[in-house]
Amino acid sequence: MKRNPATIFIATALAVLLLGMFFGMLAAAQYVLPGFLKEALPFTKLRPLHVSMVVFWLLLGASGCVYYFLGAEKLLKRRIRKWIFLHYGLVCFVAIGSAVAYFTGNFGGREYWEFPPYLAIPLVLAWFVFLGVFWRSVSGKVKRWPVYYWMWLTGIVFFILSLAESYLWLLPYFGSDLVRDMAVQWKSYGAIVGSWNQLIYGAAFFLMAKISGDNSFAFSRKTFFFWFLGLTNLMFNWGHHIYALPVSPFIKHTAYLISMTELLIFGKILWEWKHSVSEMRQYFYRIPYRFLVAADVWVFLNLGVAILMSIPALNLHTHGTHVTVAHAMGTTIGINSMILLALAYYIFGQVFGPLSGKGLTKAKFGYWLSNGSLLVFWLALMGAGLTNAWFQWYEPDMPHALLMQQLVPFFAVFVLAGIFLFIGFALVVFPLLQQFISGKKTPADPSIILPTEISETSKKKEYANEYA
Amino acid sequence: MSERTFTRYRLIYTLLSIAFVVFSGFVYTQAVPENNKVVSSKAVQGKMLWQQHNCSSCHQLYGLGGYLGPDLTNTLSSKGKGRDYAAAIMKSGTQVMPDFHLNDAEIEALLAFLEHADKSGNNRVHSYKIGRDGTITSEGETRK
Ligand code: HEC
Repeated sequence: MKRNPATIFIATALAVLLLGMFFGMLAAAQYVLPGFLKEALPFTKLRPLHVSMVVFWLLLGASGCVYYFLGAEKLLKRRIRKWIFLHYGLVCFVAIGSAVAYFTGNFGGREYWEFPPYLAIPLVLAWFVFLGVFWRSVSGKVKRWPVYYWMWLTGIVFFILSLAESYLWLLPYFGSDLVRDMAVQWKSYGAIVGSWNQLIYGAAFFLMAKISGDNSFAFSRKTFFFWFLGLTNLMFNWGHHIYALPVSPFIKHTAYLISMTELLIFGKILWEWKHSVSEMRQYFYRIPYRFLVAADVWVFLNLGVAILMSIPALNLHTHGTHVTVAHAMGTTIGINSMILLALAYYIFGQVFGPLSGKGLTKAKFGYWLSNGSLLVFWLALMGAGLTNAWFQWYEPDMPHALLMQQLVPFFAVFVLAGIFLFIGFALVVFPLLQQFISGKKTPADPSIILPTEISETSKKKEYANEYA
Repeated sequence: MSERTFTRYRLIYTLLSIAFVVFSGFVYTQAVPENNKVVSSKAVQGKMLWQQHNCSSCHQLYGLGGYLGPDLTNTLSSKGKGRDYAAAIMKSGTQVMPDFHLNDAEIEALLAFLEHADKSGNNRVHSYKIGRDGTITSEGETRK
């Protein structure tokens, strides 16, 4: 039986991803077909269905990867399994509960989590369980923690803090003042995004260590330096969301100064790693490796946009336009999802064995299709956003309906690309789900020794040289 | 990792966390200009309606929210718009915007909320002062 808690998390996440993308397509269609599904599934329902489901993809996927790696390090005790399933059950409960709430039009009305506030309680509980399991598993050796344990701990703790913070609006002091409420809301959202990034990037580091057979970088001073810089970003750079709000300039200047260097940091490390892995090793892990390369490319593209957008004078124009959407899609799909897919392919490869020939063909085709259409999707959103910014500045009195008409060609491309993106991801995800459903391990070709199965450092070096 | 390195990392982590807590306290208490302090209960009620109907899935305030509809921060003080116009749209919806079947009291509350938003600042692109260093200053920020 190969369906362990980690693969159950990941398989569920993959299914939720497809579901979330499906809702996204329907929502996007309403941009070009006004009135489409207006009664049955209005935008007020589709948008949160889309956003929440894809956020659950990231959360479930990242948690599954953390559990897999803890298991791979033989750190998860058997007794702890039931707690992991409790974590899983709570998240699924919230995911299903929120979908029901949206379908029935029962809203909390906050971005990201438009479900009624009480559903946040099981979600916070789930993360407390996560924290407990994680801490029990690794607390014995804090002094020897590689950077990814620090990242995971930070990711878990900040998720709890930030989720709680995002509900401060329930107190009248925060909730009744629009500006204070929005400031705190976007402060917490910045950290929530940062917290799942910590989980996902941490898992990516772990994967790199596994692929290269060398985890020394996870202890290096340079890595820690960059990680601390990233953490500083998580804590203080969220202000770029609210440059437009009439809040204290101190917050905005802090954000401006610290800016979005986290992507830069990560891109740098990925980049260095790429050069250090020999060709042959890349070959074995071809699919995971490819996805990491894709994430690399998306880091660079989004990094450029992020830096520009964190300059307030430019942000003034792009803020509130689809440039922001392009950035959000570029990072969550291009970076977060590509990394998680790399991890899913790696982990399922370890657990269920290699893909069938057909599965591999699908995966490779899906890979190119999804990345290609994501690029078109991203450019269409950028085009819509920049056009919007132009009109906003030169024709500020243009009625909204007229403005939207100018953008329709971009939206049409965006919707079409979104459909292909969905097909691409479906092709990538199906072979994995097939493996999971069959639940059996395909025997690997015995002539191939996986680098991770070599435990002695000296032999590893030999192995690397042999194929260099 | 040596004992010393570990101690140093722990120290950096602790200092960052303390700075974060202090910064959070600042945001909670100091971030908002004085002119925002008085909020009518009607506006608060309007804000709840705004959330219950998930208006922010289509509309933005200060550029934050969904993108299918216009930003509503300053609708009430915009040329050719204002209360009656906003009330009419909220009453019956449009081709894109659903009819939420709001009653008059609810529309009044939503108008009070939008008025609160309007008074809190000016979100029109041309109203921001752009500094040489790339910073921007909004009207609401300096108004007392
Ligand atoms: C499905 C998207 C959608 C939702 C949800 C929605 N609106 Fe709208 N709203 C629009 C669009 C689009 C317009 C612009 C008119 C048009 O082109 O149809 C608009 C216009 C308005 C206007 C006039 C603004 C202007 O500057 O012209 C107001 C006021 C308004 N909406 C209030 C609300 C309130 C209050 C809610 C929640 C109860 C809400 N809307 C929910 C789409 C939406």
